[in-house]
Amino acid sequence: MPVNIEINNISVKVPKCDTILSAAKKAGIKIPTLCHLEGLLPSGACRICVVELEGSLNLVPACSTAVRDGMKVKTHTARTLDARRTIVELLLNNHPDDCNYCLKNNYCELQKLAYELNVRTRSASHSVRHMNLDCSSPSLLRDPNKCILCGRCVRICEEIQGVSAIDFIKRGSSSQISPAFEEGMNLSSCVYCGQCVKACPTGALIEKDHVQRVIEALNNPKAYLVVQHAPAVSVSLAEDFGFKPGVDVNGIMVAALRRIGFKKVFDTSFSADLTIMEEGSELIDRIKNNGVLPMITSCSPGWIKFIEQFYPELLPHVSSCKSPQQMLGAVIKSYFAEKQGLKPEQIFSVSIMPCTAKKFESDRTEMQRDSVPDIDAVLTTRELGQIIKIFGIDMKSLKPETADTPFGTRSSAGKIFGTTGGVMEAAIRSVHFLITGKEMENPVIPELRGLQPIKRAKVKIGELDVGVGVAHGLANARVLLDELKAGSSDMHFIEIMTCPGGCINGGGQPYSLDLEAVKARMKALYKIDASDSLNKSHMNEEVGRLYREFLGSPLGEKSHELLHTHYHKREVLK
Amino acid sequence: MNSSISVILKKYESKSRDSLIPILQEVQETEGYLSKDALVEIGKDLNLPVSKIYGVATFYNQFRFQPKGKYHILVCRGTACHVKGSEKLLETICRNLDLKPGMTTKDRMFSIDTVACLGACGLSPVICINGEFVAKVTPKKALKILDELKEKESENARV
Repeated sequence: MPVNIEINNISVKVPKCDTILSAAKKAGIKIPTLCHLEGLLPSGACRICVVELEGSLNLVPACSTAVRDGMKVKTHTARTLDARRTIVELLLNNHPDDCNYCLKNNYCELQKLAYELNVRTRSASHSVRHMNLDCSSPSLLRDPNKCILCGRCVRICEEIQGVSAIDFIKRGSSSQISPAFEEGMNLSSCVYCGQCVKACPTGALIEKDHVQRVIEALNNPKAYLVVQHAPAVSVSLAEDFGFKPGVDVNGIMVAALRRIGFKKVFDTSFSADLTIMEEGSELIDRIKNNGVLPMITSCSPGWIKFIEQFYPELLPHVSSCKSPQQMLGAVIKSYFAEKQGLKPEQIFSVSIMPCTAKKFESDRTEMQRDSVPDIDAVLTTRELGQIIKIFGIDMKSLKPETADTPFGTRSSAGKIFGTTGGVMEAAIRSVHFLITGKEMENPVIPELRGLQPIKRAKVKIGELDVGVGVAHGLANARVLLDELKAGSSDMHFIEIMTCPGGCINGGGQPYSLDLEAVKARMKALYKIDASDSLNKSHMNEEVGRLYREFLGSPLGEKSHELLHTHYHKREVLK
Repeated sequence: MNSSISVILKKYESKSRDSLIPILQEVQETEGYLSKDALVEIGKDLNLPVSKIYGVATFYNQFRFQPKGKYHILVCRGTACHVKGSEKLLETICRNLDLKPGMTTKDRMFSIDTVACLGACGLSPVICINGEFVAKVTPKKALKILDELKEKESENARV
């Protein structure tokens, strides 16, 4: 039953379950928010969204007040504007005045609100706090001085990721957001996914900077710089340059990377194809030889840390395959280095990832050989945007270019690794071929597409009914893992991605909590898949050549040494 | 697993998050403080993240996270004591022992906590050492008391 309400003298008909905030949005009225997170229950903590409600003495928060029939609301009266301005003034009173040096400059919601509410002076002499930065995480940096206690990070971490590495501690003016015992993030159960970074309205949570490392390497004449870019980057990078979400700038990005000074530009989607060859073969091997099933994907480093700390007993289920980033990193510093007559340590290998946990992954000791890391620096999509700006490259005037051999060709199956369900779909296409020797007639599996929290399907491959499941967002992953623990899972293969929506909504993607942007990026990936005739990993000729010239066969000795790894139980504060 | 904690946890078999605060109180009563290990254990038992338990525990003044010293000093910060200068008094004691409220000296000899009101406003400013009230404590008097206690302990150590 819809209800009629009046907002700023405009009559609107909205569903009964709406809040004043969502009703106003439909009426084309933007009420500012800080603590609000689309899709989660309102917390009503910040009071920025207060409005006047006829018959109510006090201002009410629009985000947590349900609509009622006949309600009359005023959203931008002198009184509400004054209340909002006061809140922002108070927040700014103990906020550091270092916007120029802050990574969130121009992206900060507090800064934006101060402008929108015309806050022009400090209302009181300021009392900026001096708390220690938490630099302990390999992926994230936490500056409690910039925290405005909106609680968005806490809610994302708990409700979406099921991790709860951080929470509010103490109270009143001593309140803070912190890991347990005020320890560093490195001792906490943080999986470094960076969803909190995207949720943080200010610069209190940001990624660990690798921009400086890359610039230094670019200035080092002895270093041979190569770069790889992940499937989900090309469909989101453009947003940082004023394009609308979902525009694919793959070729232009390749051109920009060459202009910046990288000698070789490789495509991580190539190694996604390579991953499918290894992971698909591993699945078949497990099915044929009574191995541990279901097998679970291992591409998402946040997920790997999650299972190492929360479900170590299920580690035998995880595929031993390294992630595409690390597979490519390993073959760059072995096969490619040999081909070019370079020593592994002469190569400086950079990856562009939609992810903050990839910084952690590249730091893992398992991901180096003879003390040389396979990946030397990991830039997020945002950091790539910054580097493009640092080097003064005009994206709009570039002509698309193609990536370099021997790791520049990809199938569209590798490309859809960037979205939830994509790894599974890509894997099934190749597993089908490897088992039956025939190509799938229709390579699209609609049940595995979309943003439903958990997706399940049964796929007929030859005589075999393969049960598959897909979860994204670690709280959803817990559901599948608990089923597995209870012995009620009838699946052969499970794909888990740390971030909700997959890499297209990774913690390293452009600052935006807009679900529509995520959908647009997903659509862009599937559009690429629909228009590409090279849509199966095993059809990738460059992957074939890598096996012929160097690796031998999937799961072979060389593959085992370079492309597979192991995981271990991890003790953290949880 | 610490046995005294597991005994307490056994009493709360419903394993609901509602039991968290009573459990914290009881653990503090037996152990004298809330150790890291205790909080982790409680978290496992109640299926609550330890970050949340630490958040709840630090919200309330009644919980401390370091063991009490041999001499546990409560400084009253009620209105009457405040008017009579308990802020300065607290500052003096803290500086002398190089502690903040809630902390314990490395030798586990002294610990300090503040209290909203000890209920002895007539004796203000008042402090309480190991349950014994000391009335009308000026900063000078406090330093004398601390010196005496330190002297006594060093004599004990010599014997």
